Amino acid sequence: MNREDFDKEWIVRLVLLLFALSSLLFLFIIFIFILTEGLPLFYKVGVRNIVLGMKWAPTKASFGIFPMIISSFMVTFGALVVGAPLALACATYLSEYAGKKTKLFLKPSLELLAGIPSVVYGFLGVVYIVPIIREHLGGAGFSILSTSLVLGIMILPTITSISFDSLMSVPSAFREGSLAMGATKWQTISRVVLPAARSGILASFILGMGRAVGETMAVIMVAGNALKIPTSLLDPLRTLTSNIALELAYATGDHRRALFSTGVVLLVIIMGLNLIANFWVKAKVAK
Amino acid sequence: MPFSEKLAEHFRIERPRIVVDVQGGGSSAGIQACINKTVDIGMSSRELKGDEHILRQTVICHDGIALVVHPRNPTKDISFEKIRDIYSGRIRNWKELGWIDRNIDCVTREEGSGTRGAFEELVMGKSAIHDSIMVQDSNGSVKEVVATDPYAIGYISLGVVDSKVRALSVGGIAPTTENILAKKYRIVRPFLYLTSGEPGRNAKLFIDFVLSNEGQGILKKEGLIPVNE
Repeated sequence: MNREDFDKEWIVRLVLLLFALSSLLFLFIIFIFILTEGLPLFYKVGVRNIVLGMKWAPTKASFGIFPMIISSFMVTFGALVVGAPLALACATYLSEYAGKKTKLFLKPSLELLAGIPSVVYGFLGVVYIVPIIREHLGGAGFSILSTSLVLGIMILPTITSISFDSLMSVPSAFREGSLAMGATKWQTISRVVLPAARSGILASFILGMGRAVGETMAVIMVAGNALKIPTSLLDPLRTLTSNIALELAYATGDHRRALFSTGVVLLVIIMGLNLIANFWVKAKVAK
Repeated sequence: MPFSEKLAEHFRIERPRIVVDVQGGGSSAGIQACINKTVDIGMSSRELKGDEHILRQTVICHDGIALVVHPRNPTKDISFEKIRDIYSGRIRNWKELGWIDRNIDCVTREEGSGTRGAFEELVMGKSAIHDSIMVQDSNGSVKEVVATDPYAIGYISLGVVDSKVRALSVGGIAPTTENILAKKYRIVRPFLYLTSGEPGRNAKLFIDFVLSNEGQGILKKEGLIPVNE
């Protein structure tokens, strides 16, 4: 290689570095943007009145989003209750039982599930889940229950693929050792493989929660968006994300700023979840 | 806003030299922009309040707001008081309106919407819309909820009402164009064009076009109530 080729190498490296840094730049810009729009209201009316305020009437100077924070966590938990057992079963089957052919079929179909736009999930929820709940269980059908079901299905691919990866990374010596001791296949899975992959599985749950907290379109369509903290599984509710998307169109002044403040709270929650997930994955690597 | 876009399209055919740039954002934004003189014409789908009255207003048409229920719902008529009671959470069961023992699935619009603003002002008065009431973010999705849920009630722009839902008469008066023109049906809001002081030459041409037979015809086709009848 002559000298000129080395010079070109250097250019390629620089260009790629710039592009790599640009993703960081976007993150930074988004942060700055949300904070500059959202923080002023926290100063004006106080963090307590927003985060712990019970009343949301932004055109009448009440900016409380506490009910939405609680509702966001409720549906997220609901989604986890629906999605986590299914996803874990799916991941366990894929990594421990499935033959090559089934794996070849199941994995791509899960990825396809992840690729379906959320408005489609929402639409199916409105057309099928909501009327079924209304007819058989009562209420309007737009409820925590319907939202949890829809979100539970939506977070399946996230949880499955990350749990699957962590199950696959359990060394096969663990399984062989357990089987050699006379344990059955299920005993091996439940007492050796799953505990060994525990931190990765927990991380997958947390990331699934992050996905559920952030979901907007499908939630607006099936949640009913009422402002009250739901007291039954059949009550409608409004999450942080749907609050922003519902009202942004006509919001001006402090109303608009209040929606950005909602965004700040959402950002903090999602960052928290990601930090916890990363922490768990790191803890596992350290071990 | 969608109506003004349509009007602007037709206006462009007549006066290709004048560019009409239509922007949405809600009534308060339209009024504010007009006060700040950043626009030639401000649009509002609610009446002016307080010191907003410094603006010069032209009513371009009226829009009725209809209370709608599922076609299977036998309720035909509802009083102002009952609507207030439902939306403020005091009445929660259809039994209290003489139908079956079933919760009312009540739907409202999101905070900031002009339709909600008009509904609050014209119907709710001092009572506030209760927190347990479901919220949808457009006329279309309110209609969709009411069309699929036999126990739902909602309010939408009269121009959007079709056979999927049934409009209730309010206090014995049906929400028809005749009743609105005769000022009998009272849940009606004006669509306003606002200018600060005398409109400029081009702005005046556009307002005149909107008030002309052609402009009013376009609005009528959209289900709105023209002002020149």
